[in-house]
Amino acid sequence: MSAAALAPPRPAGRVQLALKDALIATAVAAILFVPMVALRTDVGTAGALALRYRWTDAAILCGLVFLGRLLLVLWTGRRGLQPTTSAGPWTRRLQQAGRFAAPAFLIVALLLPVIPGVDRYELDLGILVLTYVMLGWGLNIVVGLAGLLDLGYVAFYAVGAYSYALLAQYFGLSFWVCLPLAGILAAFWGILLGFPVLRLRGDYLAIVTLAFGEIIRVVLLNWVSLTGGPNGISGIPRPSFFGLSFSMSGGEGTFAGFFGLEPSSVHRVIFLYYLILALALLTNWVTIRLRRQPLGRAWEALREDEIACRALGINVTTTKLSAFALGAMFGGFAGAFFATRQAFISPESFTFIESAIILAIVVLGGLGSQIGVAIAALVLIGGTELFRDLQEWRMLVFGGAMVLIMVLRPRGLVGTRTPSIALGKRRAIDGNLVGEGHG
Amino acid sequence: MSAAAPDRTAVRPVRPGPPILEVQGLTMRFGGLTAVSKVSFAAGSGQITALIGPNGAGKTTLFNCVTGFYRPSDGIIRLHKPGVPPTELQRLPGHRIARAGVARTFQNIRLFPGMTALENLLIAQHGPLMAATGWGIGAVLGLSRYPAAERLAIERAKRWLTATNLMERADDPAGALPYGQQRRLEIARAMCTEPALLCLDEPAAGLNPRESDELARLLLDIREEGTSILLIEHDMGVVMRISDRVVVLDHGVLIADGTPAEVRGNAKVIAAYLGEDEEEVAAP
Repeated sequence: MSAAALAPPRPAGRVQLALKDALIATAVAAILFVPMVALRTDVGTAGALALRYRWTDAAILCGLVFLGRLLLVLWTGRRGLQPTTSAGPWTRRLQQAGRFAAPAFLIVALLLPVIPGVDRYELDLGILVLTYVMLGWGLNIVVGLAGLLDLGYVAFYAVGAYSYALLAQYFGLSFWVCLPLAGILAAFWGILLGFPVLRLRGDYLAIVTLAFGEIIRVVLLNWVSLTGGPNGISGIPRPSFFGLSFSMSGGEGTFAGFFGLEPSSVHRVIFLYYLILALALLTNWVTIRLRRQPLGRAWEALREDEIACRALGINVTTTKLSAFALGAMFGGFAGAFFATRQAFISPESFTFIESAIILAIVVLGGLGSQIGVAIAALVLIGGTELFRDLQEWRMLVFGGAMVLIMVLRPRGLVGTRTPSIALGKRRAIDGNLVGEGHG
Repeated sequence: MSAAAPDRTAVRPVRPGPPILEVQGLTMRFGGLTAVSKVSFAAGSGQITALIGPNGAGKTTLFNCVTGFYRPSDGIIRLHKPGVPPTELQRLPGHRIARAGVARTFQNIRLFPGMTALENLLIAQHGPLMAATGWGIGAVLGLSRYPAAERLAIERAKRWLTATNLMERADDPAGALPYGQQRRLEIARAMCTEPALLCLDEPAAGLNPRESDELARLLLDIREEGTSILLIEHDMGVVMRISDRVVVLDHGVLIADGTPAEVRGNAKVIAAYLGEDEEEVAAP
């Protein structure tokens, strides 16, 4: 630790220190930006690769780093920004506002389709965000509560999607029959995966779940006679509203005809929006309820100390399996929804990057925190859409934001844990004390 | 415990009354190393049995066999819980041992640090609570007798929090408690499983004299309530004061078994602890 942090030094020394610090930061930035930004290969006129130099862009970025670091150090001192897992001033405020924040989010979500200015694009974005919120909440059971690092969560999403698509294609079953079936099948696969991997811990568990996710995708890709392989399955039936279809004809037996509305394609989007909202809220409700009950407490205890759990008579195997199965089930529900929304699925939608995004949502949001996961999904999925105008710089903004969050708040946006029960007032528990699980 | 008073002065090495725990010919090998070799002893019902010995004598290994963390290479560990047929613990899977009525604490404390003291005690009552929820499904739907069961569990947790003098720390995370309180909380947690036999692995380690005294009183209270205790301990002051019976291990072999007074005068025990004639003993 430098003297700057211990006592306010003479102004000259402080500026000097800040300058030195900013120069080091700029040097690091230059090492990174010269190859990544300044040098760019484009396909030239003759079809050959041509090297293009973008020195100004790189210089601007380095200058930004220099200025930013200089101001930061001058303003806060060298060690001003410390990583913390405890509740910062804004988290405490958020928690105080939490009583209103969560209902406020819910009200906005419920009223989104009727808010003026909300169009089909916003609704579609809302559906996308809510799908990831639901997947994040589902994975949160496995990773956040039970502490089992699952890198292949997308497999259950795929199982759910293909369950609905195949059952509809081969047996003509409706969405409402297939939705629970998709969940059950995904849970079944969760248990199937759970059995062999339960004796693995930590990194080994992560590798096996990763492999499982890939196996499912490769099977879907190569079992052409059943799944259509890389061509996927198209023409997946759309869900109906209590037997009323959303057809554009507006006749008898359609949604518009029954309610005497002008046929519009927005009706179906609104319906899908409320459907995924209901599914996501179901996931949330079940998780919140279970957390306050023996099963949920056992999951958290398992994350904290598996050996102590065994000494207290908790069956570690079935407890882990239940977490795997429940998480997988919600993944399956989300998958069935995804299939019916897209009306077309192919193995391409279930690559590893999906698992990584869902895991990133859970980790950024804060392991085990429901509201944190929802905010992280909104920021990660909604944010990337928002910055679409930035084109190729979008990923830089995205990556930078992720690095910043992880540096400053290594345990996610909401790094604290709320006790499931208390004799007096519930006080948030510092993230440093809470275990991360070892698989 | 009027029966315990004459017992303490008795000279007979084997006590009357049924034992709670019977260990016969227990052997534990790790590859070529025999950590525990043909140890037989019995822990009396309603008594405090201390297991002592120098470092590396095999105490914790024996402990881990009794509490189901190791499967012994050979031998029988039988639990005689009153009112139920004897259970052979070495055949049970790890998590069944606690349900059979044996609870334990750990040498290096193993609480759930990120959960409150109260939550720690509720997890200890997982079995009965889980049964009350209809295995999780009923409680989610709100269709079970779970609220009543939880109230009961909280009452039991409060009772043990009071007994261990931790009531005002009930809502604090276990990891934030001072060391001595963590030790006590771990005992409270073990007691919440309603064991017939409580196994303590060095409960007085790292405690100051005052805390050791409190611990001794707590253990005697637990014995008064009818729970038998098996403890490993290095603090001879505590061992000699509260134990009804002392079992001494050295190099994985049982070398003495009797009242504290008997054991204190035993030549082999003195030799094992002071390292006297170590060369001669080890030579053959």
